[in-house]
Amino acid sequence: MTVTDNPPASPVGSAVARWAPVCRLDDLVPERGAAALLERTDGTTVQVAVFRLLDDTVRAVQQLDPYSGANVMSRGIVGSRGEEPTVASPIYKQVFALATGRCLESGGKTPKPGLDAHLELFATEVRDGVVHVGLV
Amino acid sequence: MTSDPPTSGSSTPGADRRHVVVVGGGMVAQRFVEALRARDTAGEWRVSLFAEEPRKPYDRVGLTRYFEVRDAEELTLGDPALWDDPLVELHRDCTVVAIDREARTVTDRLGNVHPYDELVLATGSNAARPPIPGNDLPGVFVYRTIDDVAELRGWVEAKREAGRVETRGGVVEKPVRGAVIGGGLLGLEAAGALKALGAQATVIEFGTHLMGVQVDLGGGQALKRLINDKGIAVRAETATKEMKPHRRTGHVGRMDFADGGRLDVDVVVMATGVRPRDELAREAGLPVGERGGAVVDLSCRTEDPHVWAIGEVACIEGRCIGLVAPGNTMAEVVVDQLLGGEAEFPGADTATKLKLSGVDVASFGDAHGRTEDCIEIVWADPTAGVYKKLVMSDDAKTLLGGVFVGDAAPYASLRPMLGAELPGDPAAFLLPEGTGGAPDIELPDEANVCSCNNVSAGTIRGAVTDHDCTSVGDVKSCTKAGTTCGACLPLVKKITETEMTKAGIEVSTALCEHFEMSRAQLFDAVRVAELHSFTEIIGRFGVVPEGASSPGRGCDICKPVVGSILASQGNGHILSGEQSTLQDTNDHMLANMQKDGTYSVVPRMPGGEVTPEGLIVVGQVAKDFGLYTKITGGQRIDMFGARVEQLPQIWKRLVEAGFESGHAYGKSLRTVKSCVGSTWCRYGVQDSVGMAVELELRYRGLRSPHKLKMGVSGCARECAEARGKDVGVIATDKGWNLYVGGNGGQTPKHALLIAEDLDTATLLTTIDRFLMLYIRTADRLQRTAPWVEEYEGGLDAIRDVIMADSLGIAEDLDAAMAAHVEGYEDEWKAVLEDPEKLARFGSFVNAPSTPDPALAYVPERGQKRPATPEEIAAGPDGPVDPSLTGPVLVAGATLEVRA
Repeated sequence: MTVTDNPPASPVGSAVARWAPVCRLDDLVPERGAAALLERTDGTTVQVAVFRLLDDTVRAVQQLDPYSGANVMSRGIVGSRGEEPTVASPIYKQVFALATGRCLESGGKTPKPGLDAHLELFATEVRDGVVHVGLV
Repeated sequence: MTSDPPTSGSSTPGADRRHVVVVGGGMVAQRFVEALRARDTAGEWRVSLFAEEPRKPYDRVGLTRYFEVRDAEELTLGDPALWDDPLVELHRDCTVVAIDREARTVTDRLGNVHPYDELVLATGSNAARPPIPGNDLPGVFVYRTIDDVAELRGWVEAKREAGRVETRGGVVEKPVRGAVIGGGLLGLEAAGALKALGAQATVIEFGTHLMGVQVDLGGGQALKRLINDKGIAVRAETATKEMKPHRRTGHVGRMDFADGGRLDVDVVVMATGVRPRDELAREAGLPVGERGGAVVDLSCRTEDPHVWAIGEVACIEGRCIGLVAPGNTMAEVVVDQLLGGEAEFPGADTATKLKLSGVDVASFGDAHGRTEDCIEIVWADPTAGVYKKLVMSDDAKTLLGGVFVGDAAPYASLRPMLGAELPGDPAAFLLPEGTGGAPDIELPDEANVCSCNNVSAGTIRGAVTDHDCTSVGDVKSCTKAGTTCGACLPLVKKITETEMTKAGIEVSTALCEHFEMSRAQLFDAVRVAELHSFTEIIGRFGVVPEGASSPGRGCDICKPVVGSILASQGNGHILSGEQSTLQDTNDHMLANMQKDGTYSVVPRMPGGEVTPEGLIVVGQVAKDFGLYTKITGGQRIDMFGARVEQLPQIWKRLVEAGFESGHAYGKSLRTVKSCVGSTWCRYGVQDSVGMAVELELRYRGLRSPHKLKMGVSGCARECAEARGKDVGVIATDKGWNLYVGGNGGQTPKHALLIAEDLDTATLLTTIDRFLMLYIRTADRLQRTAPWVEEYEGGLDAIRDVIMADSLGIAEDLDAAMAAHVEGYEDEWKAVLEDPEKLARFGSFVNAPSTPDPALAYVPERGQKRPATPEEIAAGPDGPVDPSLTGPVLVAGATLEVRA
């Protein structure tokens, strides 16, 4: 069994109530994202953007792009700032850190009303070649 | 005729505002108005300008360019908004015929009387018609105004037409024989113009050599060789005795010279000089100079304290000066005086540079070495037609003047050093480029860099340090440097970049933090190193971040650039293997992302042509998938609101019906717009639709630094608006005219004529090479218009590369395009045939056919559009907010779809 844990970049990592299987690691193209439709423990649905990096670690952030209000983050370009892996919004090109969800470059724009500038981070695990996303 | 509202003068609101009347509508008059409005921030003055010509002031220096642009508007000077200023009135086609100095009024040709507080004469000069018998024959022209140039063009074209004879061997054209009297600056430009019009040209010069005012004998001889190389004959030391009419036509037919020689001609241009238009000054009783011109003092004021004269009509320091730069200086002097300043004319900068394609000639200062005890340093290479000379003070330190023929490269940096000490050995500045030696010159702040607009090095530095300019473009619009003749632009660029570096502003052409190269450098590096993947490329050329052991993984800037470079160099499908990770979402989904995260779909309709069956399929697909449809500006149909998971189903239907990807999503060829052309149109002279289809099929899928648009018009009426495109083709009765570098968008730009009357094969080759050169050398996201502008040497240099193969790369460019044409495949068809690529088009990796539940639409004008956040908040049961009475949420994303 291989377990690839994320570093505890965000407090959610430690408070996972349920690990939802999403897909096989092989279903993900390295350095591209995919969207997953999941249910939180309170029964609400949430769209999550899952990214496989070159070293086969997996990162997950909210699919909702706070700067456009569209569910598109999984379709952004994966890259790096310094040594930090990033994803850029495909709509207005804001850059977010994949390890923390933080917005690194807003391009002078503000998020849509009611949305946070940073992305919610989800814990991930790859177990028996299956990608799991941690939900609270 | 254009007529602007007449001035009423006295009853204008703000009557305490003073009124300055400018007589004349040339470049110097324009500069006066521009400078006055820029400096009179309190609005003390209003200004009325009376122009004889029916157009706004235009760039007379660039007159020859009229043959290229053929559009008088493009020669218009300065910011057109100047003429919308409420304190500026432009009276076109409105000559002033009299001045009443007593009453302080002028009278225009319509008899209207306009009062003035101050009067500025800027009437310029007339082209002189030397008193040679026959100087008024039909076919004898002067070269001064747009109308002169247009008439000359019409005459030569008519003569060419008349000289065309059908023989058994095909059409033979009898050459049109042209001559220019006068071998000065203007004469050589006129001779170049004759050549450009397809006529022969002989320059007749009375003096010992060409450009006798500006260059010495040695320079003149080198110049003659260069001019001869351009196919222009030169007869020096020749006086024209008489011009005689042709026996039959009565048109000019022959020139007889004082030495007994003669020359048969079909057209003659007289370019022997200009005569100041001082009639108004004379009639108003103002003193005029010995050789004409209104006499002014160093403040440009005539004997009458309320009357000033600027430009070529002003006789200053005993002479009239026929150059624009000193005229502009005079305009600035008078503006300063009107605003209470004490500026005086500092003496004329008579530096000149000939603007004749391929012939570099420049001179400045004491070009003839007339200063006592001066030293002349000469470097000459007669075989190459190069002659360079510096005139130095007797201690060989201070620069007094210079002449450059055949290689004017040192001119831009040396001219501003006039009167200053040169660092190092002056001879070093004359050696050919690349032999090293020429020290870098740090210009003093007061050195005049742009003489046309009187901009000093200090002003350019200030634009960077105090006005936040971070590019040559910024500096140009901030200081006006380089906006008239452009000769100083290399120097402006150098000073700007040096200053930016000093100020710690990045001037780097690096793409992003991952690559220090520009796009063009990376393109070449990848091509030469024969690399085929991003990992190889970043491994070889990428920047290793501080503290890391390997380069990063790119970003949204460099990845699409590398994706485009790989695609342009033929690396298979853009979604194959690692390449798919380089594409931004549009290229990745082969569709255009819209604001709600859905996509629009555009099938290719080459040349805007579509069959009724095709239209029905498009309509049916849009209907079945609930798509909003709209006709695009590029003559095809866009279908909006397609979800990721629908894209393959939609394209399956379209491909089955024979459609293919329209590449509306790519930085690549979009469309070739066409008018209906000779197959249907009464006026069309060529089959524009057929040509558009051929071009679109040839260049479809070609990845480039930015999107590419083309147009083909079937006649000069230009219904396809081809000159608003990157590549515009306009039919003539002999073939096709090719225009390049146009675009619409934020900064609209007309395309420029690069070649005329091409046959189809030459047209295709020329476009092939133009596109490939652009793809290889342009910056990221640089469209063709700024690329042409910034390409070293501009359009002329591009023409030389692609039509005369001046870089010896034509074969290479041709091969690259041939590979593209051969390797083309429909991207969508290939995706539909490949299950692995198809798998990426699921909405959710754990629920591939479930639509995004957040999508919502409302109906509008019979179709759907994305719901606004307020409409979504109101929910599907209707608006809660009473102000939202119209639209009702029709559906979430799960519209019924017929499979």
